[in-house]
Amino acid sequence: MRKTPDLIVIGGSWGGIKASLEILQGLPEDYKIPIVLVLHRLRDQEGNLKQLFDKRLNLKVEEVEDKEAVCSGYVYIAPANYHVLLENDKSFSLDVSDLVNYSRPSIDVTFISAADTYGEGVIGILLSGASKDGSMGLKRIADAGGIALVQDPAEAEVAVMPLAAIEAVPTCSVQGLNSLKDYLLSLT
Amino acid sequence: MKHSMDVQFEQEVEQLIKDIRQHYGYDFNGYARASVYRRVKRFLANNHLQTIPELREQVFSDSFFFEGFLQEITVNVTEMFRDPAFFLSLRQNVLPMLSTYPFIKIWDAGCSTGEELFSLAILLKEEGLLDRTKIYATDINQKVLKQAKEGIFSASNIASYTSGYYASGGKQEFASYYVSNYGSLKFDSSLIKNVVFYPHNLATDSTFNEFHLILCRNVLIYFNRELQERVFTLFDDSLVDLGYLALGKKETLAMSGIFSRYAFVDKENRIHRKTG
Repeated sequence: MRKTPDLIVIGGSWGGIKASLEILQGLPEDYKIPIVLVLHRLRDQEGNLKQLFDKRLNLKVEEVEDKEAVCSGYVYIAPANYHVLLENDKSFSLDVSDLVNYSRPSIDVTFISAADTYGEGVIGILLSGASKDGSMGLKRIADAGGIALVQDPAEAEVAVMPLAAIEAVPTCSVQGLNSLKDYLLSLT
Repeated sequence: MKHSMDVQFEQEVEQLIKDIRQHYGYDFNGYARASVYRRVKRFLANNHLQTIPELREQVFSDSFFFEGFLQEITVNVTEMFRDPAFFLSLRQNVLPMLSTYPFIKIWDAGCSTGEELFSLAILLKEEGLLDRTKIYATDINQKVLKQAKEGIFSASNIASYTSGYYASGGKQEFASYYVSNYGSLKFDSSLIKNVVFYPHNLATDSTFNEFHLILCRNVLIYFNRELQERVFTLFDDSLVDLGYLALGKKETLAMSGIFSRYAFVDKENRIHRKTG
Protein backbone atom coordinates (compact mmCIF):
# COMPACT_ATOMS: atom_id res chain seq x y z
CA MET A 1 0.00 0.00 0.00
CA ARG A 2 1.27 3.45 -0.82
CA LYS A 3 2.08 5.73 2.07
CA THR A 4 -0.16 8.77 2.61
CA PRO A 5 1.59 11.94 1.41
CA ASP A 6 2.96 14.32 4.08
CA LEU A 7 2.14 17.66 2.51
CA ILE A 8 0.09 19.23 -0.25
CA VAL A 9 1.34 22.49 -1.76
CA ILE A 10 -0.89 24.46 -4.10
CA GLY A 11 0.07 27.47 -6.20
CA GLY A 12 -1.89 29.86 -8.38
CA SER A 13 -2.25 33.48 -9.38
CA TRP A 14 -4.94 34.92 -11.66
CA GLY A 15 -7.94 32.62 -11.25
CA GLY A 16 -6.10 30.68 -8.56
CA ILE A 17 -8.33 31.74 -5.68
CA LYS A 18 -11.47 30.43 -7.33
CA ALA A 19 -9.78 27.25 -8.52
CA SER A 20 -8.27 26.43 -5.13
CA LEU A 21 -11.57 27.10 -3.37
CA GLU A 22 -13.16 24.61 -5.69
CA ILE A 23 -10.76 21.78 -5.03
CA LEU A 24 -10.55 22.38 -1.27
CA GLN A 25 -14.22 22.94 -0.57
CA GLY A 26 -15.22 19.31 -0.18
CA LEU A 27 -12.38 18.24 2.11
CA PRO A 28 -13.43 17.16 5.61
CA GLU A 29 -12.29 19.03 8.71
CA ASP A 30 -10.19 16.07 9.86
CA TYR A 31 -8.34 15.79 6.54
CA LYS A 32 -5.04 14.09 7.29
CA ILE A 33 -2.65 16.01 5.06
CA PRO A 34 -1.62 19.61 5.80
CA ILE A 35 -2.15 21.97 2.87
CA VAL A 36 -0.08 25.04 2.02
CA LEU A 37 -1.54 27.55 -0.37
CA VAL A 38 0.61 30.10 -2.20
CA LEU A 39 -1.45 32.60 -4.15
CA HIS A 40 -0.08 35.73 -5.71
CA ARG A 41 -1.73 38.80 -4.34
CA LEU A 42 -1.26 42.51 -4.15
CA ARG A 43 1.75 43.18 -1.98
CA ASP A 44 -0.01 45.20 0.68
CA GLN A 45 -3.30 43.36 0.56
CA GLU A 46 -4.44 42.55 4.07
CA GLY A 47 -5.60 39.20 5.38
CA ASN A 48 -8.96 38.93 3.67
CA LEU A 49 -7.92 35.78 1.82
CA LYS A 50 -8.07 33.99 5.15
CA GLN A 51 -11.65 35.14 5.72
CA LEU A 52 -12.62 34.19 2.21
CA PHE A 53 -11.33 30.63 2.63
CA ASP A 54 -12.48 30.37 6.23
CA LYS A 55 -16.07 30.89 5.19
CA ARG A 56 -16.06 28.24 2.49
CA LEU A 57 -13.91 25.41 3.87
CA ASN A 58 -14.43 22.77 6.53
CA LEU A 59 -10.70 22.85 7.24
CA LYS A 60 -9.20 25.41 9.58
CA VAL A 61 -7.54 28.27 7.72
CA GLU A 62 -4.47 30.15 8.98
CA GLU A 63 -2.08 32.69 7.57
CA VAL A 64 1.38 31.25 8.14
CA GLU A 65 3.16 32.53 11.26
CA ASP A 66 6.90 32.23 11.58
CA LYS A 67 8.06 28.93 13.22
CA GLU A 68 4.49 27.65 13.47
CA ALA A 69 4.19 23.83 13.36
CA VAL A 70 2.72 22.25 10.20
CA CYS A 71 -0.42 20.39 11.33
CA SER A 72 -3.09 18.31 9.63
CA GLY A 73 -6.59 19.72 9.45
CA TYR A 74 -5.23 23.08 8.33
CA VAL A 75 -4.95 25.08 5.16
CA TYR A 76 -2.02 27.47 5.56
CA ILE A 77 -2.04 30.57 3.40
CA ALA A 78 1.24 32.28 2.50
CA PRO A 79 1.03 35.81 3.94
CA ALA A 80 1.35 38.86 1.70
CA ASN A 81 4.92 40.05 1.21
CA TYR A 82 6.64 36.97 2.70
CA HIS A 83 8.15 33.85 1.17
CA VAL A 84 7.20 30.64 2.98
CA LEU A 85 9.79 27.92 3.66
CA LEU A 86 9.51 24.52 5.35
CA GLU A 87 11.92 23.39 8.04
CA ASN A 88 13.09 19.83 8.72
CA ASP A 89 11.26 19.82 12.06
CA LYS A 90 8.00 20.35 10.12
CA SER A 91 7.57 23.99 10.95
CA PHE A 92 7.37 27.10 8.81
CA SER A 93 9.99 29.79 8.36
CA LEU A 94 9.24 33.09 6.70
CA ASP A 95 11.58 35.10 4.55
CA VAL A 96 11.44 38.64 3.18
CA SER A 97 14.36 38.43 0.74
CA ASP A 98 14.09 39.52 -2.90
CA LEU A 99 11.07 38.87 -5.06
CA VAL A 100 11.27 35.67 -7.10
CA ASN A 101 9.52 35.73 -10.48
CA TYR A 102 8.36 39.23 -9.49
CA SER A 103 6.51 37.69 -6.57
CA ARG A 104 6.64 37.48 -2.80
CA PRO A 105 5.28 35.02 -1.83
CA SER A 106 6.76 33.02 -4.69
CA ILE A 107 5.34 29.60 -5.49
CA ASP A 108 8.76 28.34 -6.62
CA VAL A 109 10.29 29.21 -3.24
CA THR A 110 7.72 27.20 -1.29
CA PHE A 111 7.58 24.28 -3.73
CA ILE A 112 11.38 23.91 -3.80
CA SER A 113 11.59 24.09 -0.03
CA ALA A 114 8.79 21.53 0.33
CA ALA A 115 10.63 19.17 -2.03
CA ASP A 116 13.90 19.68 -0.13
CA THR A 117 12.25 18.97 3.20
CA TYR A 118 9.59 16.34 2.47
CA GLY A 119 11.09 14.69 -0.63
CA GLU A 120 8.75 12.14 -2.16
CA GLY A 121 6.03 12.94 0.38
CA VAL A 122 4.91 16.09 -1.43
CA ILE A 123 1.99 16.65 -3.76
CA GLY A 124 2.38 19.85 -5.79
CA ILE A 125 -0.58 21.36 -7.62
CA LEU A 126 -0.37 24.32 -9.99
CA LEU A 127 -3.57 26.09 -10.92
CA SER A 128 -4.71 28.95 -13.10
CA GLY A 129 -2.35 31.91 -13.34
CA ALA A 130 -0.81 34.56 -15.52
CA SER A 131 2.75 33.93 -14.34
CA LYS A 132 5.34 31.21 -14.84
CA ASP A 133 6.12 31.11 -11.14
CA GLY A 134 5.83 27.58 -9.75
CA SER A 135 6.97 25.50 -12.70
CA MET A 136 10.58 25.22 -11.49
CA GLY A 137 9.28 24.26 -8.08
CA LEU A 138 6.93 21.67 -9.53
CA LYS A 139 9.82 20.17 -11.46
CA ARG A 140 11.82 19.97 -8.23
CA ILE A 141 8.90 18.16 -6.56
CA ALA A 142 8.70 15.66 -9.43
CA ASP A 143 12.49 15.16 -9.41
CA ALA A 144 12.41 14.43 -5.68
CA GLY A 145 9.85 11.68 -6.28
CA GLY A 146 6.74 13.66 -5.32
CA ILE A 147 3.52 14.00 -7.29
CA ALA A 148 3.12 16.85 -9.80
CA LEU A 149 -0.42 17.87 -10.74
CA VAL A 150 -1.52 20.68 -13.05
CA GLN A 151 -4.93 22.14 -13.73
CA ASP A 152 -6.09 21.47 -17.29
CA PRO A 153 -5.09 24.67 -19.16
CA ALA A 154 -8.21 24.37 -21.33
CA GLU A 155 -10.39 24.95 -18.29
CA ALA A 156 -8.09 27.39 -16.39
CA GLU A 157 -9.14 31.02 -16.24
CA VAL A 158 -5.62 31.95 -17.36
CA ALA A 159 -3.55 29.18 -18.93
CA VAL A 160 -0.05 30.67 -18.66
CA MET A 161 0.85 28.99 -15.38
CA PRO A 162 -0.47 25.51 -16.24
CA LEU A 163 1.14 25.64 -19.70
CA ALA A 164 4.52 26.65 -18.25
CA ALA A 165 4.23 23.83 -15.72
CA ILE A 166 3.43 21.24 -18.38
CA GLU A 167 6.41 22.39 -20.40
CA ALA A 168 8.73 22.21 -17.38
CA VAL A 169 7.35 18.89 -16.10
CA PRO A 170 6.19 16.84 -19.10
CA THR A 171 5.51 13.90 -16.78
CA CYS A 172 3.00 15.83 -14.68
CA SER A 173 -0.61 14.76 -14.52
CA VAL A 174 -3.02 17.25 -16.11
CA GLN A 175 -6.51 17.22 -14.62
CA GLY A 176 -9.69 19.22 -14.37
CA LEU A 177 -10.70 20.74 -11.03
CA ASN A 178 -13.33 18.06 -10.41
CA SER A 179 -10.84 15.30 -10.86
CA LEU A 180 -8.23 17.10 -8.68
CA LYS A 181 -10.85 17.41 -5.98
CA ASP A 182 -11.76 13.71 -6.17
CA TYR A 183 -8.09 12.79 -6.06
CA LEU A 184 -7.48 14.83 -2.88
CA LEU A 185 -10.57 13.29 -1.31
CA SER A 186 -9.38 9.79 -2.15
CA LEU A 187 -6.12 10.24 -0.23
CA THR A 188 -7.56 9.72 3.23
CA MET B 1 11.64 10.63 2.62
CA LYS B 2 14.25 13.20 1.86
CA HIS B 3 16.36 12.76 -1.25
CA SER B 4 19.89 11.46 -0.51
CA MET B 5 21.51 14.34 -2.42
CA ASP B 6 19.67 16.78 -0.18
CA VAL B 7 20.81 14.90 2.91
CA GLN B 8 24.42 15.16 1.73
CA PHE B 9 24.04 18.87 0.93
CA GLU B 10 22.62 19.54 4.38
CA GLN B 11 25.44 17.68 6.10
CA GLU B 12 28.01 19.67 4.14
CA VAL B 13 26.31 22.93 5.11
CA GLU B 14 26.36 21.88 8.79
CA GLN B 15 30.10 21.30 8.58
CA LEU B 16 30.55 24.62 6.79
CA ILE B 17 28.69 26.43 9.57
CA LYS B 18 30.92 24.80 12.20
CA ASP B 19 34.09 25.66 10.34
CA ILE B 20 33.04 29.26 9.69
CA ARG B 21 32.53 29.71 13.41
CA GLN B 22 35.99 28.31 14.07
CA HIS B 23 37.68 30.32 11.34
CA TYR B 24 35.83 33.64 11.28
CA GLY B 25 33.95 33.70 14.60
CA TYR B 26 30.53 34.14 12.98
CA ASP B 27 27.99 31.75 14.48
CA PHE B 28 25.16 30.73 12.17
CA ASN B 29 24.22 27.68 14.18
CA GLY B 30 20.97 29.28 15.34
CA TYR B 31 19.88 30.30 11.86
CA ALA B 32 16.74 28.68 10.44
CA ARG B 33 18.04 26.05 8.06
CA ALA B 34 15.46 26.23 5.26
CA SER B 35 16.54 29.79 4.58
CA VAL B 36 20.26 29.04 4.96
CA TYR B 37 20.01 26.15 2.47
CA ARG B 38 18.19 28.31 0.01
CA ARG B 39 20.69 31.14 0.30
CA VAL B 40 23.72 28.84 0.04
CA LYS B 41 22.25 27.36 -3.15
CA ARG B 42 21.63 30.83 -4.49
CA PHE B 43 25.15 31.92 -3.63
CA LEU B 44 26.57 28.84 -5.38
CA ALA B 45 24.55 29.55 -8.52
CA ASN B 46 25.41 33.27 -8.56
CA ASN B 47 29.11 32.48 -8.21
CA HIS B 48 29.09 29.65 -10.76
CA LEU B 49 30.09 27.08 -8.15
CA GLN B 50 28.80 23.51 -8.31
CA THR B 51 29.53 22.04 -4.91
CA ILE B 52 30.09 22.91 -1.27
CA PRO B 53 33.75 21.77 -1.38
CA GLU B 54 34.34 24.35 -4.14
CA LEU B 55 32.66 26.97 -1.99
CA ARG B 56 34.72 26.01 1.06
CA GLU B 57 37.95 26.45 -0.80
CA GLN B 58 37.18 30.09 -1.52
CA VAL B 59 35.42 30.90 1.76
CA PHE B 60 38.44 29.84 3.81
CA SER B 61 41.17 31.22 1.57
CA ASP B 62 39.70 34.60 0.70
CA SER B 63 38.21 36.80 3.41
CA PHE B 64 36.90 39.21 0.80
CA PHE B 65 34.96 36.35 -0.78
CA PHE B 66 33.70 35.40 2.67
CA GLU B 67 32.43 38.96 3.13
CA GLY B 68 30.23 38.45 0.07
CA PHE B 69 29.03 35.12 1.39
CA LEU B 70 28.16 36.79 4.71
CA GLN B 71 26.11 39.38 2.84
CA GLU B 72 24.13 36.62 1.17
CA ILE B 73 23.50 34.58 4.31
CA THR B 74 22.45 37.54 6.43
CA VAL B 75 19.47 38.75 4.44
CA ASN B 76 19.54 42.51 4.05
CA VAL B 77 16.44 43.14 2.01
CA THR B 78 14.41 45.89 3.61
CA GLU B 79 12.15 48.74 2.60
CA MET B 80 10.84 52.07 3.85
CA PHE B 81 7.45 52.04 5.58
CA ARG B 82 7.01 48.29 5.11
CA ASP B 83 3.50 47.65 6.52
CA PRO B 84 2.30 51.27 6.72
CA ALA B 85 -0.35 50.14 9.21
CA PHE B 86 2.45 49.30 11.63
CA PHE B 87 4.00 52.76 11.33
CA LEU B 88 0.61 54.39 11.70
CA SER B 89 0.04 52.38 14.87
CA LEU B 90 3.47 53.33 16.15
CA ARG B 91 2.63 56.97 15.53
CA GLN B 92 -0.78 56.77 17.18
CA ASN B 93 -0.29 54.26 19.99
CA VAL B 94 3.36 54.31 20.99
CA LEU B 95 4.92 57.72 20.29
CA PRO B 96 2.36 59.63 22.43
CA MET B 97 3.38 57.45 25.39
CA LEU B 98 7.08 57.85 24.64
CA SER B 99 6.62 61.61 24.53
CA THR B 100 6.05 61.56 28.30
CA TYR B 101 9.74 60.74 28.83
CA PRO B 102 12.22 63.63 28.92
CA PHE B 103 14.70 61.57 26.95
CA ILE B 104 13.86 58.60 24.73
CA LYS B 105 16.07 55.68 23.82
CA ILE B 106 15.23 53.35 20.93
CA TRP B 107 17.05 50.26 19.68
CA ASP B 108 16.67 49.41 15.99
CA ALA B 109 18.03 45.85 16.12
CA GLY B 110 19.11 44.44 12.77
CA CYS B 111 18.76 47.82 11.07
CA SER B 112 20.29 46.54 7.82
CA THR B 113 20.71 49.28 5.21
CA GLY B 114 18.63 51.76 7.18
CA GLU B 115 15.32 52.07 5.34
CA GLU B 116 13.35 51.36 8.50
CA LEU B 117 15.60 53.60 10.56
CA PHE B 118 14.87 56.59 8.33
CA SER B 119 11.16 55.75 8.34
CA LEU B 120 11.24 55.78 12.13
CA ALA B 121 13.24 59.01 12.26
CA ILE B 122 10.72 60.73 9.98
CA LEU B 123 7.90 59.68 12.32
CA LEU B 124 9.79 60.95 15.36
CA LYS B 125 10.51 64.23 13.66
CA GLU B 126 6.89 64.80 12.70
CA GLU B 127 5.75 64.00 16.22
CA GLY B 128 8.29 66.46 17.63
CA LEU B 129 10.39 63.83 19.39
CA LEU B 130 13.46 63.50 17.23
CA ASP B 131 15.61 66.00 19.13
CA ARG B 132 15.23 64.20 22.42
CA THR B 133 15.52 60.68 21.06
CA LYS B 134 18.66 58.65 20.74
CA ILE B 135 18.43 55.67 18.39
CA TYR B 136 20.92 52.82 18.59
CA ALA B 137 21.04 51.20 15.17
CA THR B 138 22.82 47.86 15.17
CA ASP B 139 23.50 45.07 12.74
CA ILE B 140 25.81 42.06 12.55
CA ASN B 141 27.05 43.36 9.24
CA GLN B 142 29.41 46.37 9.20
CA LYS B 143 28.97 46.93 5.50
CA VAL B 144 25.22 47.54 5.75
CA LEU B 145 25.78 49.86 8.73
CA LYS B 146 27.96 52.03 6.51
CA GLN B 147 25.19 52.11 3.91
CA ALA B 148 22.62 52.97 6.57
CA LYS B 149 24.74 55.92 7.68
CA GLU B 150 24.78 57.28 4.15
CA GLY B 151 21.00 57.13 3.82
CA ILE B 152 21.07 56.66 0.07
CA PHE B 153 18.35 54.39 -1.28
CA SER B 154 17.40 53.32 -4.76
CA ALA B 155 14.77 55.51 -6.40
CA SER B 156 13.17 52.48 -8.03
CA ASN B 157 10.96 51.95 -4.99
CA ILE B 158 9.93 55.57 -4.61
CA ALA B 159 6.29 55.00 -5.53
CA SER B 160 5.74 52.39 -2.83
CA TYR B 161 7.78 54.36 -0.28
CA THR B 162 5.75 57.48 -0.96
CA SER B 163 2.40 55.73 -0.67
CA GLY B 164 3.69 53.93 2.43
CA TYR B 165 4.69 57.24 3.98
CA TYR B 166 1.25 58.79 3.49
CA ALA B 167 -0.54 55.60 4.60
CA SER B 168 1.53 55.71 7.80
CA GLY B 169 0.11 59.13 8.61
CA GLY B 170 2.80 61.26 6.95
CA LYS B 171 2.26 64.96 7.52
CA GLN B 172 4.66 66.60 5.07
CA GLU B 173 5.58 66.38 1.45
CA PHE B 174 7.54 63.09 1.37
CA ALA B 175 9.90 64.55 -1.23
CA SER B 176 11.01 67.17 1.30
CA TYR B 177 13.03 64.47 3.11
CA TYR B 178 15.31 63.53 0.24
CA VAL B 179 17.23 64.80 -2.74
CA SER B 180 16.85 62.75 -5.89
CA ASN B 181 19.97 62.19 -7.92
CA TYR B 182 20.91 59.72 -10.70
CA GLY B 183 18.38 57.07 -9.73
CA SER B 184 19.01 57.31 -6.00
CA LEU B 185 17.51 59.18 -3.10
CA LYS B 186 19.75 60.82 -0.53
CA PHE B 187 17.82 61.32 2.68
CA ASP B 188 18.28 64.33 4.95
CA SER B 189 21.21 63.44 7.21
CA SER B 190 19.85 65.59 10.04
CA LEU B 191 17.28 62.80 10.50
CA ILE B 192 20.02 60.59 11.90
CA LYS B 193 22.09 63.11 13.80
CA ASN B 194 21.13 61.41 17.08
CA VAL B 195 21.68 57.89 15.81
CA VAL B 196 24.59 55.74 16.96
CA PHE B 197 25.53 52.94 14.62
CA TYR B 198 27.42 49.95 15.76
CA PRO B 199 27.92 46.26 15.09
CA HIS B 200 25.96 43.95 17.36
CA ASN B 201 25.39 40.26 16.83
CA LEU B 202 22.03 39.15 18.23
CA ALA B 203 23.27 35.56 18.23
CA THR B 204 26.23 36.16 20.53
CA ASP B 205 26.35 39.68 22.01
CA SER B 206 24.60 40.81 25.16
CA THR B 207 22.55 43.76 26.34
CA PHE B 208 24.25 47.16 26.27
CA ASN B 209 21.66 49.71 27.40
CA GLU B 210 18.05 50.20 28.46
CA PHE B 211 15.44 51.22 25.94
CA HIS B 212 11.91 52.54 25.79
CA LEU B 213 11.28 50.94 22.42
CA ILE B 214 12.96 48.07 20.59
CA LEU B 215 12.23 47.53 16.92
CA CYS B 216 13.26 44.21 15.44
CA ARG B 217 11.08 43.49 12.47
CA ASN B 218 11.59 40.55 10.12
CA VAL B 219 15.01 39.73 11.54
CA LEU B 220 14.05 36.86 13.84
CA ILE B 221 12.39 34.94 11.00
CA TYR B 222 15.91 33.91 9.95
CA PHE B 223 16.59 32.34 13.38
CA ASN B 224 15.47 29.02 14.82
CA ARG B 225 13.30 28.81 17.94
CA GLU B 226 16.24 28.48 20.34
CA LEU B 227 18.04 31.53 19.02
CA GLN B 228 14.77 33.46 18.92
CA GLU B 229 14.33 32.69 22.60
CA ARG B 230 17.83 33.97 23.35
CA VAL B 231 17.06 37.22 21.55
CA PHE B 232 13.68 37.63 23.27
CA THR B 233 15.40 37.30 26.63
CA LEU B 234 18.01 39.82 25.50
CA PHE B 235 15.26 42.25 24.52
CA ASP B 236 13.44 41.65 27.79
CA ASP B 237 16.62 42.51 29.69
CA SER B 238 17.08 45.61 27.55
CA LEU B 239 13.60 47.10 27.93
CA VAL B 240 12.51 49.43 30.72
CA ASP B 241 9.29 48.54 32.50
CA LEU B 242 6.41 49.54 30.24
CA GLY B 243 8.80 49.59 27.30
CA TYR B 244 7.62 48.58 23.83
CA LEU B 245 8.73 45.71 21.62
CA ALA B 246 7.81 45.74 17.93
CA LEU B 247 8.20 42.62 15.80
CA GLY B 248 7.39 41.79 12.18
CA LYS B 249 3.80 41.19 11.27
CA LYS B 250 4.11 37.40 11.19
CA GLU B 251 6.63 37.01 14.00
CA THR B 252 5.25 35.71 17.24
CA LEU B 253 6.26 36.16 20.85
CA ALA B 254 3.58 33.66 21.89
CA MET B 255 5.94 30.66 22.02
CA SER B 256 8.44 32.52 24.20
CA GLY B 257 8.95 32.33 27.95
CA ILE B 258 8.71 36.12 28.24
CA PHE B 259 5.27 36.26 26.58
CA SER B 260 3.32 36.28 29.86
CA ARG B 261 5.00 39.53 30.91
CA TYR B 262 3.91 41.32 27.75
CA ALA B 263 0.59 42.74 26.63
CA PHE B 264 -0.45 43.50 23.08
CA VAL B 265 -0.70 47.17 22.25
CA ASP B 266 -1.61 46.23 18.71
CA LYS B 267 -1.88 42.52 18.03
CA GLU B 268 -2.27 42.81 14.27
CA ASN B 269 0.93 44.83 14.02
CA ARG B 270 2.79 42.89 16.73
CA ILE B 271 3.48 45.79 19.06
CA HIS B 272 3.93 44.55 22.64
CA ARG B 273 4.39 46.31 25.95
CA LYS B 274 6.33 45.01 28.91
CA THR B 275 3.82 45.03 31.71
CA GLY B 276 5.11 42.67 34.36
